[in-house]
Amino acid sequence: MKVSRDRLYFNTSGYVLLTVLAGACLLPFLLIVAGSVSDETAIYTDGYRLIPRQFSLKSYGIIFRAPASILRAYAVTLMLTAAGTALGLFLTAMTAFALQTGDCKYRNVLAFYMYFTMLFNGGLTPFYILMVRGLHLKNTYWAMLLPSLLSVWFILLTRNYMKSIPREVYESAKIDGAGYFAMFLRITMPLSVPVLATIGLFIALGYWNDWYYPMLFVEDSRLYPMQFFLYRLLNAARFSEAVMKGANVATANMPKEGMKMAMAVVATGPIIFLYPFIQRFFIRGLMIGAVKG
Amino acid sequence: MAPSTWARIMATMAALGTDVANRTLSLTGGGSAAGMARMRIGYGITREIWSKKTLYAMLLPAVVFFLVFHYIPLAGIILAFKRYEYAKGMFLSPWNGLENFRFFFCSGKALRITLNTVLYNLAFLSVGIVLQVSVAVFISEVPGRAFKKTTQSILFLPYFISWVLVGAFVYNIFNYEFGAFNSLMRSLDLEPFNAYGRPEMWKYVLMAANAWKWTGYGSIIYLASIMSIDPELYDSAKIDGAGILQVIIHITLPKLKPTIVLLLLLNLSRVLRGDFQMFYQIVGDSGQLFDATDVIDTFVFRALVRNFNIGMASAAGFYQSVFCFVIIVSVNAVIRKVNSDYALF
Repeated sequence: MKVSRDRLYFNTSGYVLLTVLAGACLLPFLLIVAGSVSDETAIYTDGYRLIPRQFSLKSYGIIFRAPASILRAYAVTLMLTAAGTALGLFLTAMTAFALQTGDCKYRNVLAFYMYFTMLFNGGLTPFYILMVRGLHLKNTYWAMLLPSLLSVWFILLTRNYMKSIPREVYESAKIDGAGYFAMFLRITMPLSVPVLATIGLFIALGYWNDWYYPMLFVEDSRLYPMQFFLYRLLNAARFSEAVMKGANVATANMPKEGMKMAMAVVATGPIIFLYPFIQRFFIRGLMIGAVKG
Repeated sequence: MAPSTWARIMATMAALGTDVANRTLSLTGGGSAAGMARMRIGYGITREIWSKKTLYAMLLPAVVFFLVFHYIPLAGIILAFKRYEYAKGMFLSPWNGLENFRFFFCSGKALRITLNTVLYNLAFLSVGIVLQVSVAVFISEVPGRAFKKTTQSILFLPYFISWVLVGAFVYNIFNYEFGAFNSLMRSLDLEPFNAYGRPEMWKYVLMAANAWKWTGYGSIIYLASIMSIDPELYDSAKIDGAGILQVIIHITLPKLKPTIVLLLLLNLSRVLRGDFQMFYQIVGDSGQLFDATDVIDTFVFRALVRNFNIGMASAAGFYQSVFCFVIIVSVNAVIRKVNSDYALF
């Protein structure tokens, strides 16, 4: 069948637009990778380029020659991600379970109690003072773990999913005399695996990429997670005080230009590798979220 | 959680001693502490909770979490009317009326950062809708499964990337000495370009970064609603000999309208909230760009963390919270009128 002319124009403009946008999406990544494999002196004379003048893996060499602080930052990120995801997911599921049972008389009041925090909040200043002065969480792992443990949005999404589990499955458990917690663990949790996998990955991504809470509350460089470590390195030249503190660079010199880019690659690599496997869970999460608001 | 941290949280709760804390205590089964009179009034509540101890115990962590990390800071908005004294803390510092607000509004920054926040958000929103809807429409219509899957994956990738890396992009591209942009200028024998001396340029950098981050994410939502359109509509249009543009204008876009309107309204309700992570990673502490790029969130952050100006920071924060709340409530009233199924509350 002959393709009509308007179809031809339409498809062509579609391909052009999508290709240009995808290219623009990838371009910055390519620039970073190119910078990381450029020879240091070539960067000093010619600057960063899309195609390196002189190929060299020295920047990675410098990073991995004294890897202690990087490995430490990685370990902190992994630990926070694992702990935050496990604890956050468990609490999200447990709260969602309790809110969806018809037995809880105050479920709507409590749901609104949580929901209201999305509408109105006290802003950064009281929160900061509470964390630092009230709870004394400055320079602790808790400061990076606790504030993003629970999200109202995730609780409500999980609750809506759990509501769709037919009530009959609970009947036999009730007859056997199972309590709420047992029902939650043995019936609701296994039946909610799809939504929990998705929400768990959203929580994990949040912890993995977090640099905001570390910036607010962490000064001790031993507690830096990966993204914040990268941030300090990138800005080391701009904040001379960071350089004074060594910015955790083993050489104690100013971080080299190629090294900054190599560090960016090292910090982002795992996400790019995992991306093909986790992508569909996030798409599913967006679909669940899109069903209502 | 370490016991000491729990103890601190409980101490903070007790010190607060407000009605909220009491009510939560009785809600969560600690009513006995509140005395007999309260017991009698709260008898129904107490019995309800006691008879389903496990269920309410399961809710306790979340109730405490929101109390500590959201409601106590919420009570802390009174800081906006106080002269913060370090030794006295959030609740005991002396009142100073509207002094903080006078200072904030007289600094001349209030109008600037409000306008910036609103205008940036409106620009992001309009560019975002056009890009996201076009990507969704093209992906749903053009042939070539592999091509579509690849582009969709590439466009969604930025959602997974930390804003810190965007900071690295900006450094890589716009750094005066080594930036890729100036490398290009030099190889074309043009004068290198000092991006940090050109504040007006950063509008476009911020818009590009915002589009980079959200185009894939948003288009997935629109694509989902395109996929849910009844295919028979398309078939009958084809039989009637409608061209592709007619199909899009008369079927796809009208069917997308509810989703577009809803997302538009939801984003409008956040029009006074600046995306701190994006603005801070891209602009950082480059003072010469502040007039063009400062939003309320970055302003509050700097006032608090860099200048320790608690009064100014809390006045600006209060101003933002209250207006945000007003906007959310009004937008919700509009949504309720348009389609009450989508109303938030």
